[in-house]
Parts: sequence; C-alpha cells; structure tokens
Amino acid sequence: MNGVHDMGGLQSFGPVRPEPNEPPFHAPWEKRALALTLAMGATGSWNIDQSRAARESLPPGKYLTSSYYKIWIEGLTKLMLERGFITPAELASGRMQSPPAKVARILRAADVSIALARGSPTVRETTGAPRFKTGYNIRTSNWNPATHTRLPRYCRDKPGVIEKVHGCHVFADADAQGDPRPEWLYSVRFEARDLWGEHTTASAVYVDLWEPYLQGG
Amino acid sequence: MSGDHDHDHGHGGSELSEMDLRVRTLESLLVEKGYVDPAALDRLIETYETKIGPRNGARVVAKAWVDAKFRAWLLEDASAAIASLGFTGRQGEHLIALENTPRVHNMVVCTLCSCYPWPVLGLPPVWYKSAPYRSRAVIDPRGVLREFGVTLPEDVEVRVWDSTAEVRYLVLPQRPAGTGGWSEDRLADLVTRDSMIGTGLALDP
Repeated sequence: MNGVHDMGGLQSFGPVRPEPNEPPFHAPWEKRALALTLAMGATGSWNIDQSRAARESLPPGKYLTSSYYKIWIEGLTKLMLERGFITPAELASGRMQSPPAKVARILRAADVSIALARGSPTVRETTGAPRFKTGYNIRTSNWNPATHTRLPRYCRDKPGVIEKVHGCHVFADADAQGDPRPEWLYSVRFEARDLWGEHTTASAVYVDLWEPYLQGG
Repeated sequence: MSGDHDHDHGHGGSELSEMDLRVRTLESLLVEKGYVDPAALDRLIETYETKIGPRNGARVVAKAWVDAKFRAWLLEDASAAIASLGFTGRQGEHLIALENTPRVHNMVVCTLCSCYPWPVLGLPPVWYKSAPYRSRAVIDPRGVLREFGVTLPEDVEVRVWDSTAEVRYLVLPQRPAGTGGWSEDRLADLVTRDSMIGTGLALDP
C-alpha cells in the first residue's frame, strides 16, 4: 500500500530531536499499550505483517499525528474488531457484552521470558535455490500493490547489487494476506545517487528485499 | 509523529488522559474476556524496563573490542555470537553486526515502521520511530548526524541500512583511542545506544 508510513526520502518533517536520557516509556499507558500488543500478538490470532498492515492502513492524518504507541493501540483495536474479538459497544463500555472468541493460546506470566527469548524466527527450510547470488546486478520491480508490502517506494524500479543472500524467509506481502510462504531474502545495495541523484549525503542504502521484488539486472 | 514530545510534555495533556482512559478500558475488557493475563502484562513491562536494554548491546560491543575471535564471530554470524552472551528473541531473531571503520560509517533506520534489535538495544527511542528520522535517514544521513552532534570527514562512506524485513542490525562502533588495556566492563560504559544505531560515536574516555 502506498501510504504515509512509507516515509523514506520525504523532507518536510523537520529536524530529528533526540531526547537526552530518554526513558523507555513517557506515560503509564504506553507500558500497557506495549504489553497488550505483545500479549494479544502471542494469542496467535494474527501475524506481525497483519499487525503492520493494520497500522499502516490507518487514515493518513491519524497516522501522522499519533504517537507510535497510539498507532499500536489503533492497529490492535482494528485487528480485534475485524475478527469479532471485541465489539464497538464493548470498546465504549469496557465491559464484556458477548462471549469471547476462541484463541489458540493465552500468554501466562510464567511463559513470558521463554516466549520473548524464543521470538518468532522467519527463516524457513527450502529445497529450492536462490535466483541471485552476491554481486549480481538486479533491478527492483515497479511494485505498487494496494495491500501490504515491504518494498519502499524510494527503491522501486531502481538498479542495485546483491550484497548478501539472507536465506529463505516468510514473505511479508503474502504473510499479510494469511499465506506464510517463504521466499529468498536478499540484502541489496543501492548507490545513493541512483536513488536520489545529486541531492543526497548518503553513499549507499542497503535494503532487505524478497525475490519477488527483484528482476535480473 | 514528530510531535510525540510535544504531546507528552506540552500542550497534549488531553491526549495523555484520553489515551490513559482508553488503554485502561481496553485492558479491563481484554482481561474480562480472558484474552490476556494481567500478570503477564506486568511481566512484559518489567522485562523491557529492567532486563532488556542497550546495556546488553554495550556488552556485545565491548567484548568485540577486546576479543578478536568474538569480533570475527560477531561479524560472521551475529545471531549466534550474540546468543552466546544470552541475548536472543523477539525482534532480534536474525541479527547482523555492521562494523564502523575510519573509512565506513553505518547507520540503521526503519523507514516503514519501527524495526529495531530489541534483545540488544531494548525498545526504540521516540526519535527512531518519528517521521523526521524515518524520512531523512536514507537521503540525508549526514544532515541527521549533525542533529546528533556528529560530523564525519567527507571521505567517509556513509551506508544506511533500512530494516525492511525481519533482519535486525547492530552497529559495531569504533573503539575510542586511549582505551588500551581497559576491561570489558569499563569499555561498555563508553558504548552509547546511539553509537550502536549509528547516529552517534562511542564516548571518548
């Protein structure tokens, strides 16, 4: 989806403002927002690409004016409403008015450390071979799906060189549609001048891209 | 999103209380429906407030500075080398270490959202998730670095890494001069979070 979340190369947002000695959270609700997002994710009711798709399909004005934890809460609410886990009336009242949906599992306190330490690796076994090798020239596709994608706009239809073959990883575009099929994933080096012409202070930009985004150069 | 700080500390008191109420309401609903265990929520918060943060990454960097074999392992297979120190898991399942040198400076961003190597750096700072950083890091990294007080020589190659998949990047900053013979613990105190994102340098002794 060509959305406002895809920010690489925009120049109108002003300076970066680092905060000295920044705390992990800036308000108590941010802690709960993080924990609720992780705990609901652990129920296995959606995958990380569906979470990202929910956040980036928020109305552009809301996305740009919300803090990041607010975006998480908006995305989480959307995922739960879509699946009938909660209803708008329940959301307004904070009280259960319909039976809960069945979820695959519930994260218990005793399992938190193990679940976090395990994470969710995305690398998959495969019998196939990658189409490209390190050093190959490629060109990215002119790729504009209306659904979730991880090919940023700034590096579409651009020449690049394969820096590294990462392995076969769950393909984000398909995963967001509920299809966790793997594709070969590469680190691709783009010369900054090929992306931006003379208006850049970068030398090169490296982007992790799946094989369906790439064509032989 | 560039206004995160303004919302938190300035005119946005109403958003704070609105969000506070909204998230409390949501939590009590999800607990009542049995989807979440409140004790697990507390454990998650405690983990990211006290156990997982940039001191983990600083230990990795300090070890790489003093132990050539570990450094080689880290650059070859960061996931395994970092796991050997006990740091694994969520948002760090597939790690790569990027070595800064006098000729090459690496800097990490996620232009599409907020991808960040949690097991070694903890949760990302607000600026990392903000529109100004996500938009400009890939086109004007030297301009962004200046906003962090860092000016690199013109002949340094500036490489920006956009975390678009599930691979997460940790920058191995240059070891400061004048630290010969220092212990790992002492060196770790020179390793800032920003130096491991590439928006800063390790501190001078």
